[in-house]
Amino acid sequence: MQAYIQGTGCVSAQDNALFSGTVREHEGDRMPVADPDYKQWIDIKQIRRMGRVIKMGVAASHISLQDANLSMPDAIVMGTAYGCLADTGVFLNKLVTQHEDMLTPTAFIQSTHNTVSGQIALMLGCHAYNNTFVHGAFSLENALQDSLLLLAEDPSKQILAGAVDEITDYSHQILSRFRLYKNASTGNLLHSGTHGTVAGEGAAFFVLGAEKNEHTAAELTAVEMLYNPASEEETFVHIAKFLERFGRPDLLVTGRNGDVKNDGYYGAGEEKLFAGVPVAAFKHLSGEYPTAAAFAIWMTAGILKKGTVPAAAMFKGETPAAPKKILIWNHQNGKHHSLILLSAC
Amino acid sequence: MNGNVWIAGGGVISGIGHDLGQCMVAFEEMRPGMKTLQHLHSVHADTFPVVEVKAGNAELAQKAGMPAHWSRTALLSMIAAREAWQSTGLGDIAQYRAGFVSANTVGGMDKTEDFMKAFLEDTSKGSLREVVHHECGAVTELVADVLGIRHHVSTISTACSSGANALMYGSRMIRAGMLDVVIAGGTDALTRFTLNGFNTLMILDQQPCRPFDDTRTGLNLGEGAGYVVLVSDEIAKKIQPWCRLSGFANANDAYHQTASSPEGTGNFMAMQGALKMSGLAASEIDYINLHGTGTQNNDSSEGQAVERLFAPAYPPASSTKSFTGHTLGASGGIEAVFSAWALREGIIYPNANFTTRMKEIPFSPVTAFSKDNNLRHVMSNSFGFGGNCSSLVFSKE
Repeated sequence: MQAYIQGTGCVSAQDNALFSGTVREHEGDRMPVADPDYKQWIDIKQIRRMGRVIKMGVAASHISLQDANLSMPDAIVMGTAYGCLADTGVFLNKLVTQHEDMLTPTAFIQSTHNTVSGQIALMLGCHAYNNTFVHGAFSLENALQDSLLLLAEDPSKQILAGAVDEITDYSHQILSRFRLYKNASTGNLLHSGTHGTVAGEGAAFFVLGAEKNEHTAAELTAVEMLYNPASEEETFVHIAKFLERFGRPDLLVTGRNGDVKNDGYYGAGEEKLFAGVPVAAFKHLSGEYPTAAAFAIWMTAGILKKGTVPAAAMFKGETPAAPKKILIWNHQNGKHHSLILLSAC
Repeated sequence: MNGNVWIAGGGVISGIGHDLGQCMVAFEEMRPGMKTLQHLHSVHADTFPVVEVKAGNAELAQKAGMPAHWSRTALLSMIAAREAWQSTGLGDIAQYRAGFVSANTVGGMDKTEDFMKAFLEDTSKGSLREVVHHECGAVTELVADVLGIRHHVSTISTACSSGANALMYGSRMIRAGMLDVVIAGGTDALTRFTLNGFNTLMILDQQPCRPFDDTRTGLNLGEGAGYVVLVSDEIAKKIQPWCRLSGFANANDAYHQTASSPEGTGNFMAMQGALKMSGLAASEIDYINLHGTGTQNNDSSEGQAVERLFAPAYPPASSTKSFTGHTLGASGGIEAVFSAWALREGIIYPNANFTTRMKEIPFSPVTAFSKDNNLRHVMSNSFGFGGNCSSLVFSKE
């Protein structure tokens, strides 16, 4: 099962200038998205009521549709680990502080996990298949797998697939209490050598089709998930098998996030399986969140289309000139591993 | 993309019974499960009847073999998923390429809303143990880990159609040759979050709900979990499967974030799509397990979509939510188990509390329990917020 990426759209802590060498630098323990002017895609009357995560998802999906020159997808499939946190927080706050009294429906309505995919369908008038996966660091990966299945079942389809997650003050306060984060800057995060990472958020969407066309940016060659491996050794055997099937990549993009333990896993894997393969990273650009691999796909598809790797993305080895095959390896706490392979067209 | 997908078994826990057998007795004896809240604390306890699972967390935890401080959503899920697997007689699950696709709408919210009280007063307060399983996917993994499932674990959340979409995804992975068996369905515990949320929408009935009745004024929330075990042709040969998942479709109403279009566009497209995939004519459906929440909007839209597809000959139809309440993310799973079991036993479920036919549609739901009917094909509908409409068709052979 593979697909062609016909369009990409992203709302993240970076913007398109990343490919011309301009990195948006962040400092602190959270990396907010660079909000685009949402009025480009959303009616101004709706913008005020709409949760930020919805706006991010709607914007990224519209950019990807425009990029693919597609007005109506044949399916909308997305992932979100946390869902609509801001509206969930608003409703919970009022529920508790007002003792279940005098509540209003807007926040509850917008708290539903499939609000974003539903809103995209509503704005497009799209009656097609619509699905939302809410499985932590496998949310995006399942959305991609569902899309690949849809294309295998009916190659004539054009699928809108993506993921979105947001940071809110509540979520950041709570997750910080689990000691996940530290203060760092975009430039030094990956070399900090200490515990902790920087929180991130963002949305990225892709138009996927079974046939190559004039808009194709890259091929989505494979998506695999490995859940709860018993040991590093098991993970490496799994990756080795993947490499036997698909060959060694010209560039490995890892989910390094600046946490010394987390990153050690990648280091050990690189030593064992990727000797001589140059390594890039992305979480110093996007921050860490369960669907951050969507940002990595956006960046990687851009690399393959433009034939050049942004210097800021490189972590180790010599920057490859016009790489043809790029593997994204992302893991969360060693429990969820995903392998996403993209190839030049 | 070939081969059939069979229902090898199923399990349910709901407010009308802790397992499928108890639920069947409740249907046969016409005992809907609406009661005053016993286990969840809410200021609305005396206002809105609910269909709570009749057990506290300690009892459920013991039954599930899980710690009692885990989310009730996980406890319910574990009990139903294990019943589903054991009903298949397929032995140790470790010998198969197994998947667990579980739907839910609010994950560990039952614990998060307790946490928020302390947290809102002081953000350094509140036990982190209560938020560690907040995410929908975390609940699924607690159960997958106890069941010993690792080949595939995923969670779907499309509001009230979530459970039905879990069956579709599981089935498609089997047909693609990725997995041999998938436990698919959904779970949701009652929470103040959902109770108050539906209250703000003013669609909770203060009386036992009356789906597809002209006097209906809303839904009753319920809780529970329901899973079927989906298997490939090869695995099905080893056992006597209940029936086959012969068709399904997911369509979007694209009308409003919460309300259904008056004519039920998405509902119609989902039912029509499921029929097309199963290769059946509408006249071949022998029973419809309706979404039938009891709200003005749903039943009117669903009814008109049924009319458009099935007129002039309507198969027997009923909403089992008149017994179980609306179990949200679990409902698609619970009703899939009821529908599959209906085919095996020839059961047509009753619609409780029915008195008056709806003015806008030309049919009435079935009001009496019956078994040993000759059923060949059963349809199950699940419709949710975000315009998400899903329909499943089960066939005896």
